[in-house]
Amino acid sequence: MSGSEVVIVGGGVTGLSAGWWLARSGVKVTVLDKFIVGWEASGRNGGGASHYASPLFDEEQRLWPQMDELLGYPTEHQKGRILIAMTERQWEQYRFIAERHKRLNHPVELLDVKQVQEAVPLAGDNCFGGVHYKFGGHANPQRSVQAYAWALQDLGGKIIQHSPVTGFETAGGKVTAVKTANATYGCDSVVVAAGPQIPQLMAQLGVNVPLAAARAEMIITEPAPMMPLGGVDGHKIYGRQTMRGNLAYGGGPHEWLDMDATGPAARPSTPLARNLAKRLAELLPKAAHLNVIRSWAGVIENSPDGRPIIDRLTSPDNVVVASMSSVGFGLSPASGHAIRDLVIDGKCSFADIDILKLSRFDNLESDWREKRGWMPIT
Amino acid sequence: MELNFTGTDICAINGTRSAPEAHYNTVVVGAGPSGIAAAIDAAKAGLRVLLVDENPVSGALMGNDVPLYFGGRMTAATQNTERMLEAIFMSMPALETAMDAGVELLLGTTAWGVYRNGPGVASLPEQVVGLADAERSWIVGFDNIILATGGRDLAMAFPGWNQPGVMGAAALQMLLTRYEAFAGRRVLIIGSHDLALETALLAKERGIDVVGLVEVRAAPQGRSELITKVEAAGIALYCGQTIASAKGGIDGVESATLSSGAEIACDTICVAIGLIPSIELVDAMHGERALNAQRGGYIPQGEATVSAVGDCAGLTDTGFDHIAYRMEWMRALSSVSADDTIICQCEEVTRADLIGVQPPNYLTRPAPMCARSLETLLDDGPANPDQIKRLTRAGMGVCQGRRCRDQVAMLLAIEADKPFGTIPLASHRAPVRPLPLKILAEWDEPAALDAAWDVWFGIPTQWVPVEDLNTPYQDEHREMLYTGMYK
Repeated sequence: MSGSEVVIVGGGVTGLSAGWWLARSGVKVTVLDKFIVGWEASGRNGGGASHYASPLFDEEQRLWPQMDELLGYPTEHQKGRILIAMTERQWEQYRFIAERHKRLNHPVELLDVKQVQEAVPLAGDNCFGGVHYKFGGHANPQRSVQAYAWALQDLGGKIIQHSPVTGFETAGGKVTAVKTANATYGCDSVVVAAGPQIPQLMAQLGVNVPLAAARAEMIITEPAPMMPLGGVDGHKIYGRQTMRGNLAYGGGPHEWLDMDATGPAARPSTPLARNLAKRLAELLPKAAHLNVIRSWAGVIENSPDGRPIIDRLTSPDNVVVASMSSVGFGLSPASGHAIRDLVIDGKCSFADIDILKLSRFDNLESDWREKRGWMPIT
Repeated sequence: MELNFTGTDICAINGTRSAPEAHYNTVVVGAGPSGIAAAIDAAKAGLRVLLVDENPVSGALMGNDVPLYFGGRMTAATQNTERMLEAIFMSMPALETAMDAGVELLLGTTAWGVYRNGPGVASLPEQVVGLADAERSWIVGFDNIILATGGRDLAMAFPGWNQPGVMGAAALQMLLTRYEAFAGRRVLIIGSHDLALETALLAKERGIDVVGLVEVRAAPQGRSELITKVEAAGIALYCGQTIASAKGGIDGVESATLSSGAEIACDTICVAIGLIPSIELVDAMHGERALNAQRGGYIPQGEATVSAVGDCAGLTDTGFDHIAYRMEWMRALSSVSADDTIICQCEEVTRADLIGVQPPNYLTRPAPMCARSLETLLDDGPANPDQIKRLTRAGMGVCQGRRCRDQVAMLLAIEADKPFGTIPLASHRAPVRPLPLKILAEWDEPAALDAAWDVWFGIPTQWVPVEDLNTPYQDEHREMLYTGMYK
């Protein structure tokens, strides 16, 4: 389908990666974004790239070490992660996870306290031990998002910012055009990767996509001396030491939100920064003196089983819908590839992604959010 | 997994937050003259009033130019908190009046964030302000908050500005008057509007050798009576000139070179081009603010429970266009300095890298990266300082952009050939002052919050390896890692 036009709704990391993959295949791509690329959750996350629960995991792992070269722009990808246990219960859980990885042939190593401190000098002797993942890693979300955008443009793709999609034109069981307030973009195929706005957009096509949006928060410290291993998780927080040295950490309770067609109205952080600070000071006691210099929040959507939805619809049959269900950044090299395959070939070439089909929610009750309490506070 | 079930989400924030430690009718942030007066008025009206001021801040924070642009020219006296506290009380007798009126006063206490329910958040028990002193942080609720956070110095980059001895006028005034802790002797002042003239006269009065004022425009800018006084004091005025560079040694500045080539010996260069209303808290709470060129920058707009007084509410409008004046300075300074002049000191971002939207030096710059610039970025849409910040790191450092935020916006406006007001204000975020993890931490958090705490959403199927689905491992996984709604 070289020479055809694909319009991608949403310039987050998933839409941009899909656009980049399609452009690499010679497809004409236009990405429409309501504001600036990567402005929502794609640029506001922990940067983790170790999603072993996903069918896209192997492709994620294969691609990340090559992404700087493939894109032509730096992503700050760093390999490896460590999970540090701060309680006996956590140590039991993390060893369970390590066993699981061993069984799946993912390279992991159990570390004692001394080994943990060698890898992570900011850790204290108050930990129980650690699990070193010799796979996975982390990257800089904001830099990576822009890298996808620029790489896509370098291949001739277009990015139209400040242009919220308002609707679609359909004919003969296909979407023929995507509309914004100022323009109409004719297309042969459409990818809808608009995060929390997916349900509202897809409803216009008569397709029900069950997603619920919520707010989550992170904090960041001033730079610390670089540690041998910067992808440090554990104690129920996740994060990384950036290549500049800052510690960026998130985790903890979320707040479910209502979402209208325009997307998140705001992304306010809250005093939860204090609870993140507590856990980070416990996880990395030798960093407890470091100044916190910012906090932020992001709005992300989850599907009812917490797994992504990547599916090419049967009607209209030229639409691929993609929500990464709150784990989109790390998987982006692979999700873009899968979306490209669905658009061009109708089938993912490198993994069985049937588990990500939308049809798994066919029997979902319409009031599923209310029933399970995924509802905004009233 | 069964998708249809009835339950509650035990990992949601709902109802798990701690209650504020106290509730006040009115919290006043900033104990300058305006803040004290507002606190006294509220107390006299029978309200329960808390007045907080971050001063005295620790010596370490002053070294990071918190809250003002001290440029490392504080004496060792500023390391002594008790002496600093005494100095504050001595210099501000109205503080005692406020306490007599029933105002609860907390000095050395920073208001680092204001939080309220609104778009995107409904889980707060009430509107609260985050406070911190040298020992701990806590939150208090309020009915009304009055921001009296004053103004902060506009810093301006020139070659050599990133060394001790380059400082701001408000910082110099504070060191001279309140603390008597200024470590310089010979000061060159940049600017000639009221702030510069007043600072020059004050320094002279305090026995400091004021070696001159530098003015980019053809004539001095401030009120004529101040200009007359400065001239009468024998202070030189170098008009139609800008500062080209500062030279220095191990103790910082030793001389300044003007665009005319003249070299002036001095140990301090005081940038007195303008004060900017300190609206960090307003902005971090997504409060309303609007640009007002005559009042010094973005100023808070009135809201039902948030108000501003003093310089924070905007400088006195004398008809002077502060933005035009600053932009003229920025153009002049840029025209006489090399592209490799540092703009962001914390992250060492040069003007060339800022305008080139290039990544920091610890990253490589492949050919496609080198081909990118602000110009190519502007093809995609208007310049946004937050986007530039993410790419270049300018403003991402420990000073939280206090030194470079405004300069970056001015440079973007100049490069994009747009009015300053069309460049969005880079976001401020809580904590609006650097706070150590151990201070910010809520060490005695509620058990309910800890019980709700999961590393992510607490959805078991999110993390079960796909290979394990519909095998016994799936249940084992849930049993071991999740205790919530699916059990």
